[in-house]
Amino acid sequence: MPASSAHTTAAKEPAAARPTHPKGAPPAPGRRKREFTTRRGLVIAAYMAPAAIFVAIFTYYPMVAGSQMAFRNWKLADLTDTSWVGLKNFQDVFADPAWGTVLTNTGVWVVASIVPQLVIGFALALWLRRRFRFRGVYQALIFFPWAISGFLIGILFRWLFNGEFGVVNDLLQKAGIIDEPIGWLSDPQTAMAAVIVANIWYGVTFFAIMILAALQSIPDELYEAAALDGAGKARTLFRITIPYIRTTLALTVLLRVIWIFNFPDLIFGMTGGGPNNETHIVSTWMIKITQQGDYGRASAIGLLIVAGLLLFAIFFLLATRERKEARSR
Amino acid sequence: MIGRETTAGRAVKFTFLGLWLLFTIFPLYWIAITSLKAPGDIFAYPISYWPETFSLENYRGLFGKANFGTYLTNSIIVATVAATVATAVSMLSAYVLARFEFRTKSALLMAALVTQMIPAFIALGPLYLLMTDLQMVDNRFGLILVYIAVYIPFCTVMLRGFFENIPDALEEAAMIDGLSRFATLFRVLLPVMRPGIIAAFIFNFVNCWNELFLSVTLMNSDDTKTIPTALNGFISSFNIDWGSMSAAAVLTIAPTMLLFAFASRHIVQGLTAGAVKG
Repeated sequence: MPASSAHTTAAKEPAAARPTHPKGAPPAPGRRKREFTTRRGLVIAAYMAPAAIFVAIFTYYPMVAGSQMAFRNWKLADLTDTSWVGLKNFQDVFADPAWGTVLTNTGVWVVASIVPQLVIGFALALWLRRRFRFRGVYQALIFFPWAISGFLIGILFRWLFNGEFGVVNDLLQKAGIIDEPIGWLSDPQTAMAAVIVANIWYGVTFFAIMILAALQSIPDELYEAAALDGAGKARTLFRITIPYIRTTLALTVLLRVIWIFNFPDLIFGMTGGGPNNETHIVSTWMIKITQQGDYGRASAIGLLIVAGLLLFAIFFLLATRERKEARSR
Repeated sequence: MIGRETTAGRAVKFTFLGLWLLFTIFPLYWIAITSLKAPGDIFAYPISYWPETFSLENYRGLFGKANFGTYLTNSIIVATVAATVATAVSMLSAYVLARFEFRTKSALLMAALVTQMIPAFIALGPLYLLMTDLQMVDNRFGLILVYIAVYIPFCTVMLRGFFENIPDALEEAAMIDGLSRFATLFRVLLPVMRPGIIAAFIFNFVNCWNELFLSVTLMNSDDTKTIPTALNGFISSFNIDWGSMSAAAVLTIAPTMLLFAFASRHIVQGLTAGAVKG
C-alpha cells in the first residue's frame, strides 16, 4: 500500500543538518540532563497517549490477536467452531499446489524488480548530481509516479498492456519488434514480465532520490584527489563513489526488498493474481485467502511472512556488516 | 566539481535522461488521452495517439451512472479528517520523542518501526472482526479511526526529524518568558515547522486517498465506498469499461499529483533525512 512509499530509510544525511546525539553517549549538558520528575513523566505520558492508544487498538491488537488464529480453525463462514488445530493451517498452506508457484513468483518479482530499479536509479542519480538547466523541473516530473497508488498503477498498466487495444502492442508493432498483438496479461510468462515492468516504472524514483541524497554527501576533495592520481571514470565510481555510500545503498536495498515483498497493490490492480493464479505473490495470496474468509490460514501465511522478513533482515545486516569489517582490516 | 564531462558523455547522459522521462510520462499521458476520447474511439483501430475530437462523455458517464460523486465525497471526507487528526496526534508524540530523554523512548521508536516493517494487510481479518464488534464496519468514522492509527507511526518519525532541526533555544526563550509548554508548542514551534507539517499532512492525505485493502475490507455498501474501493469494483466486473475507468483514474490521480508537486521538496527532505533513525 502506498503508505509504503513511506517504508523508508535512513539515508546518510548531510553531516551538519542537525545536532546529533550519538546513541549510548551520556546526555548533553543542560536540558537533557534534567532529572526525571513526576511532572515531566506526566507531560511525556500525556503527549504520547493519543498516538499510543490509536496504534495499540487498531494496529497492535489485531496483529497480536491475529497471530493466535494461525493455530485455530477460523473461517468466517462458520464461526461456531474455532477450535485449536495446531499446525494444520500451516500444513494446508504448504499442501496447496499453487504455493510453489506463489513462492517462485515472489522471488522473481522481488529480484527482477529491484535490480533494474537499483541500476537505473543509480544512473539517474549520477546524472542528476551535476546541475543543469531544468534539473529541478526534471526531478519534479520523474517524481510523479510516486503520487499514484500501486493499485492505480496496476490499472494504468493493465490498460497499456491490453491485448486487443493496448498501446504497448501498437508501439511494438510499429517498431517492427512483434508481428502479431500479444495477449500480455493472459499468458503467465508475459503477465509476470508486465507487472515487473510496471513495478520498475514505479520504483526507480525512490532509488534515484535516496542515492542522490547520499551522493551529495561525498566531499568534492575525494574526487579532486582521485583526478590528480589519474583515476578514470570507472575506477572513481568503484573505488570512491560506491564505497562511500555503501551503507545507504545497503539499507535502501534492504528496505526496498522488504517493501516490494509486501507490495500486493500493483499486482492486485493489474492482474488480480491471474491468469489462473499464475501471477500471485505471497502478499496477494494472503489477501486472496483473507477475502475467502479463511482467517486461520491467512494468519498462518502472515506469520510466515513476518518470520521470513525477520530472517532476511538479520541475514542481510550480518552479510553487509561482515564486508565492512573485512575491509577495515 | 565531479570530473569533466566530454561531449559524448553529455550526449549519452541527456539521451538516457530524455528516454527515462518519456517512459515515465507516457503512461500518464496515455490514461489522460484515453479518458478524453469519445467512448467509441477508445476501441477504434488504428489506435490514435491524438484524438481528432475530444469528448467529456466518459466523465459525464462516471458521475451519471457510476455514482462516482458519492465515492469522491467519501474519499475527501475520510482522507481530510484522518490526515488532519493523524498529523495533529503525531505532532505531540514527535515533539516528545524529539525533545525528551526517557527510558521507554527507544522501545517506543522500535514499536513505530515494527508497524512500518509489518504491512497493514497482515491483520485484515482480525481487524475486520474487531470493527464488527465495535459496529464500525461500513462506517466512514470507523475507517477514519483505522487510517489515523495506520499513518501515525511514520508521520511521527517524519515530524520528529523536522523538530530536531529546530534549535532548543527558541522554545527555552519562550518558556522563560512564561509561556506554558503547550502554548510554546503551538505558538512558537508550529509556525516555524509549518512546511514540515504541511508536508506530513499531504503525505498522510495522499496515503489515505490511495489506500485500498483496508477500505475494501471494511466498506462494503455503495454509500460508504471510497474511490479505490469503487475502482476495485470496476475491475472485478467481467468487462472493464475503460472509458469510465480512465476518467476515474485521472480524477483520482490529479489531486494527489498536484499536492505532491506542491510539497515534493519537503516530502523528499522528510523521507531522506527525517526517516527512521534511532
